[in-house]
Amino acid sequence: MTTAISVKNIGKQYKIGAAETKFRYNMLRDVIVDTVSAPIRLAKAMIGKSDRRMNQNFVWALKDVSFDLEEGKVLGIVGRNGAGKSTLLKILSRVTEPTTGTVSVRGRVGSLLEVGTGFHPELTGRENIYMNGAILGMRRSEIDSKFDEIVDFSEVTQYIDTPVKRYSSGMYLRLAFAVAAHLEPEILVVDEVLAVGDAEFQRKCLGKMGDVAQQGRTVLFVSHNMSAILRLTQEAIVLNKGQLIMRAPSQEAVDFYLSSGQSQAGERAWSADDIPVSSLPFTPVSLKVKERSGKVVDTVRSTEPVIVEFEYRINSPVTGLRVGLYISTMRGEYVFTSFDTDSPDLYEKFDSRTAGRYISRAEIPADIFNEGRYSVGVNASSFGVRRYFMDENALAFNVDISGAPGTQWGEPRVGPVRPRLDWKIEKLD
Amino acid sequence: MQMTELIKYEPHTVYIKPSKGLAALNLRDLWIYRELIFFMVWRDVKVKYKQTLLGMAWAVIQPLMTMLIFTFLFGKVAKLPTEGIPYPVFSFTALLPWGLFVTALNQGSRSLVAHNNMVTKIYFPRLILPMSSVFAGLVDFAIAFVILVGLMFYYQVTPAWNLLWTLPLFLLLAIVTALGVALWLSAINVQYRDVNQALPFLTQFWLFATPVAYSASVISEKWQIAYSMNPMAGVVNGFRWALLGTGNGPDITLWVSVGISIFIFISGLFYFRSMEKTFADTI
Repeated sequence: MTTAISVKNIGKQYKIGAAETKFRYNMLRDVIVDTVSAPIRLAKAMIGKSDRRMNQNFVWALKDVSFDLEEGKVLGIVGRNGAGKSTLLKILSRVTEPTTGTVSVRGRVGSLLEVGTGFHPELTGRENIYMNGAILGMRRSEIDSKFDEIVDFSEVTQYIDTPVKRYSSGMYLRLAFAVAAHLEPEILVVDEVLAVGDAEFQRKCLGKMGDVAQQGRTVLFVSHNMSAILRLTQEAIVLNKGQLIMRAPSQEAVDFYLSSGQSQAGERAWSADDIPVSSLPFTPVSLKVKERSGKVVDTVRSTEPVIVEFEYRINSPVTGLRVGLYISTMRGEYVFTSFDTDSPDLYEKFDSRTAGRYISRAEIPADIFNEGRYSVGVNASSFGVRRYFMDENALAFNVDISGAPGTQWGEPRVGPVRPRLDWKIEKLD
Repeated sequence: MQMTELIKYEPHTVYIKPSKGLAALNLRDLWIYRELIFFMVWRDVKVKYKQTLLGMAWAVIQPLMTMLIFTFLFGKVAKLPTEGIPYPVFSFTALLPWGLFVTALNQGSRSLVAHNNMVTKIYFPRLILPMSSVFAGLVDFAIAFVILVGLMFYYQVTPAWNLLWTLPLFLLLAIVTALGVALWLSAINVQYRDVNQALPFLTQFWLFATPVAYSASVISEKWQIAYSMNPMAGVVNGFRWALLGTGNGPDITLWVSVGISIFIFISGLFYFRSMEKTFADTI
């Protein structure tokens, strides 16, 4: 077997914090001084001697990551947000360059996250196929030979000479995906976290990925969806805070990932270096799973309500903020999503929040969960504007079903929910 | 400061690693991606006049209107000397390379930021972006050139025959100058969007510093060398000399312009290449 990808001690350092110091004017004097010194600052910055270096913090998005991947293997990459997954893919596809270490990549690297890059709304479908193909590194002769296939795959044959700005978003995505899917790279990189489009489209992406793997090409697959990782990969690596902490068969890696970093006590606290700078002005403090009595627990009873308490700080006033929970199974299937301002009166009252400490507390009614372990994800965002903070696997808890409906039979029930339904039985004759 | 260089070790294998010192220009990758330059130029040209009523006519109207305004202001009102050439032909000859330069400068300087989704998502030699912006301006240039030929017939100005080889050389000088400045400004623009703010002012200032509306002969003798530090002065004088036979032809001032132009271009290439590794992170 030949090695397709060989990663040796890769590190990637980013500068952070420069932006915050830049606009911190307290007095008119600062503004004037800043304005007067601006040309000097520009000149210094251009020759690489930035005087702001003092204020800059450096973070290692990736540190000392090494692994080899043989040709034809499918490798899953799992890790929390900010663990360095996307940075790793960006280095492998040469978008950004490592600060330390070396990588050797055998063959062309294609990625399904670049669908539609370089598409121009004014150009027709036909023109965009050529344009996009060239951007992805295809030769014109190569595009010529695959043109009909691409058009067929995209199902937009009759609109191929229409400007793509007249396309529906579905047509647009299909066409873009068709080009990317026909690039036929030796190494395919799929970042499902960043994948755009609807569920149908994402399924198509995953399907294509499966096909590629079947053809014996090398695939790297990043996902938060553990069932997809288990289904599509044989082996996975786990990244944590920029470091590779495990490489194992997928099942083992997924189990490790899901149980790591989640305290057994039903409580999760965030320390300063867990929180990305981009989350400001939102700072998560802690997340707790409690019984109604107020006791923090790791295991809750299906027949009792569960309280989920999310404490956070807001450093400056925010409008449109909503704080929510994502409950999912250990296989990555969502059970439900809920936000603290879902109800109209809370929405009215807390749509804009002043700076301060907050707790958003939700009571999940009894008789919801089936037996098993569930993951609590938290999210703080302004709808359609910005996502401040997200952690899909912030905490996990177990559900005990003793006393739940149907336990008299002692058989496991399928499905993540175990509702107490209001059955009526009527005898009709 | 680290840089990455990519070495073709054996077929199909790419080595990615940080390196220190000046970045290699990596012309090999540029060659591999040569078709992309063609496609980008082709796209820019195709898209430029889409959904306009007048379409390609804008390539004619823009320099023609500027020429008319100049003719009125500087030819009729200010009566600037033109060395015996009708003012419309005199200014239009200069507006050709100037138009090319301004388009290239503006589009080229904004090219990286304008295509930030390409820069942050895929690998390709970033040099392609400013390069194709500059080349796309050549199409407008060619159209406007036809108008100039018409003007010369109308005003019965006979060109010198050596323009067949001198004109392409001056055109090349214009392209090298525009590309050099675009390389510098596009790379700076990635981190400091001050460039966006400065561009309109810069182009206006540059226009006054270039003998477009007036003749370079109005500059006094002792300032000629300093004046030709602006490479566009050399380009415009060269165009007038090649097409209309005005001025002294190639002399020391031209070589100063050529020297400055090449210096901007080479230093721009290296500055661009050394900043290239940070584009995707800072854009």
